[in-house]
Amino acid sequence: MTGYLIRRVLWIVPVLFAVSLITFLLMHSVPGGPWDREKPLPASVVQRLNAEYGLDDPLPVQYVRWAGALLTGDLGPSYRFRDRSVNDIVADGIGTTAQLGVMAFLLAVLLGIPLGMIAALRQNGLPDYAATLISIVGIATPSFVLSILLVVVFSVTLRLLPTHGWDGPSAWVLPTVALAGYPIAQIARYTRASMLEVTRKDYVRTAYSKGLRERAVVTVHMTRNALIPVVTILGPLLAYLVTGSFIVELIFSVPGIGRFYVDGIEERDYGLIMAMTMLYAVIIAVLNLVVDLLYAYIDPQIRYS
Amino acid sequence: MPVLGGVERLASRPAGPRRDALRRLSRNRLAVVGAVVVVVLLVIAAVGPALAPWPYFVQDLDAIRANGNRPLAPLSAEHVLGTDSLGRDLFSRLLDGAQISVSVALVVQLVVLVIGVPIGAAAGWFGGRIDNYLMRFTDVIYAFPDLLFIILLSVVLRDTFLGKAMSGMLLIYLAIGLTAWVTMARLVRGQVLSLKESEFVEAARATGVSDFRIVVRHILPNSIGPVIVAVTLGIPSAILAEATLSFIGIGIEAPRASWGSLINEGSRWIRSEPHLVVFPALALAIALTSFTFLGDGLRDALDPKLRGRQ
Repeated sequence: MTGYLIRRVLWIVPVLFAVSLITFLLMHSVPGGPWDREKPLPASVVQRLNAEYGLDDPLPVQYVRWAGALLTGDLGPSYRFRDRSVNDIVADGIGTTAQLGVMAFLLAVLLGIPLGMIAALRQNGLPDYAATLISIVGIATPSFVLSILLVVVFSVTLRLLPTHGWDGPSAWVLPTVALAGYPIAQIARYTRASMLEVTRKDYVRTAYSKGLRERAVVTVHMTRNALIPVVTILGPLLAYLVTGSFIVELIFSVPGIGRFYVDGIEERDYGLIMAMTMLYAVIIAVLNLVVDLLYAYIDPQIRYS
Repeated sequence: MPVLGGVERLASRPAGPRRDALRRLSRNRLAVVGAVVVVVLLVIAAVGPALAPWPYFVQDLDAIRANGNRPLAPLSAEHVLGTDSLGRDLFSRLLDGAQISVSVALVVQLVVLVIGVPIGAAAGWFGGRIDNYLMRFTDVIYAFPDLLFIILLSVVLRDTFLGKAMSGMLLIYLAIGLTAWVTMARLVRGQVLSLKESEFVEAARATGVSDFRIVVRHILPNSIGPVIVAVTLGIPSAILAEATLSFIGIGIEAPRASWGSLINEGSRWIRSEPHLVVFPALALAIALTSFTFLGDGLRDALDPKLRGRQ
């Protein structure tokens, strides 16, 4: 197990190296650069800026310089926000983005799992139909549509919650719900299917025939086994929460890092693009590792070696 | 060689299980509804724009004038869903959006198959070093944050030949497909690994069938079930990715009307004209759910674990 863990962690390093190299080459492979404007800057200014930022060096030199700085924790300059380093930008926003992601994740788990379980235990009853309806809405409504609908209902019509911003809990509600909608639906769907599967198992029948109450059978015998397949989708869902939050941040003007995601690419802000790609790649790699380990913990039949 | 013929027929046409699967599928109400809606969507995408009351890009100046020079004409017999902020027929634009969504759905899955199946099959069949290299490569692609990579590709290549072709659709197909094939490669590799040691492959090898032929004629046809399920369930993700890109203004170029860009445009008038958002959002919702239901139904129908039950 320890050996497996070490190998998995070490493997992340070359993968991240490859990701950074591909992104770097892709960015620099086409004409255009961070100094492109509607009204072109004078050639002398562009030349001076390129010299100042080392953009006139050969690409390998630029890459090595970037990678070297990264190893010391320096993400380099932002070409767009010239008074701030990429470190500043990330430090300012990452807490907010993380908070949004964690809240949406907790909401999805705390709502999705009970919803799926109730639906399975009362199969074809009213709770089942209600849970199915919620799942369908979650799958059918992308976060940007859900965001618009939530704003129209809760901000414009009912005037209960702010339309944008991040000042205090009342402003957190709509972005969190908008981001959590799809994960709630997916978790509920998987939990329901998996609970129904477990209900037919021999050990559940045995437990009932021993005269155990339904509550005991469900909590002791069914839940843990039913949650194993659900854990497998947590990885992709977490990745969705991490990379998908930028669109919710854009719509609600949440001051996280996600809103720099599109701007950075549009503006050819090389430093910001590299930092964002690496940051998201690291987060996804670590989350995938955690989910795999959680999977082994929850299912004793799985042994990594 | 009569033996070879027999082996090939058995391997490539397991009629019994397939008929079973079809029967199970037809009993699943949601899946049947999904399948019917999918067929309707395909037909609309193929012939809809030709039957549309207006070309999707034409501004109806008469309707604007009749509306007191305001372009957002209300719902009428002329324009069943009204017009957009430039006086273009919303219903016709929705039909154009259907064509975009369905073509993205199909072409992206084609890209996924063309890249994912050979890589997965080669990795599974040859094993050893080839398997190692190919799977490490897929690990790298898997590690990319997909949406970021798709946006990066679309923006960086926007001004090249690729980005200009077909109002930017070619680039969208490729960008989404290039991130989505990894799951298919892993799936096919697993299938090939599990079938490689089976008796019918042994038999084919004993009669001197070439490696390539064994994989293409014997192993892949037997993995068709999981591949179909993966393709069907990959479709809603591709549709969603395109709609998201177009919503943030990166995907399909104007004047073409992706559902994502329609929703974005409509959201500016959401207070006074909510139908501008509601109809494209409904269209998107119908497409996403129908493919998801069909995919779920196919998975349940083709899953060997469930065979014999019900």
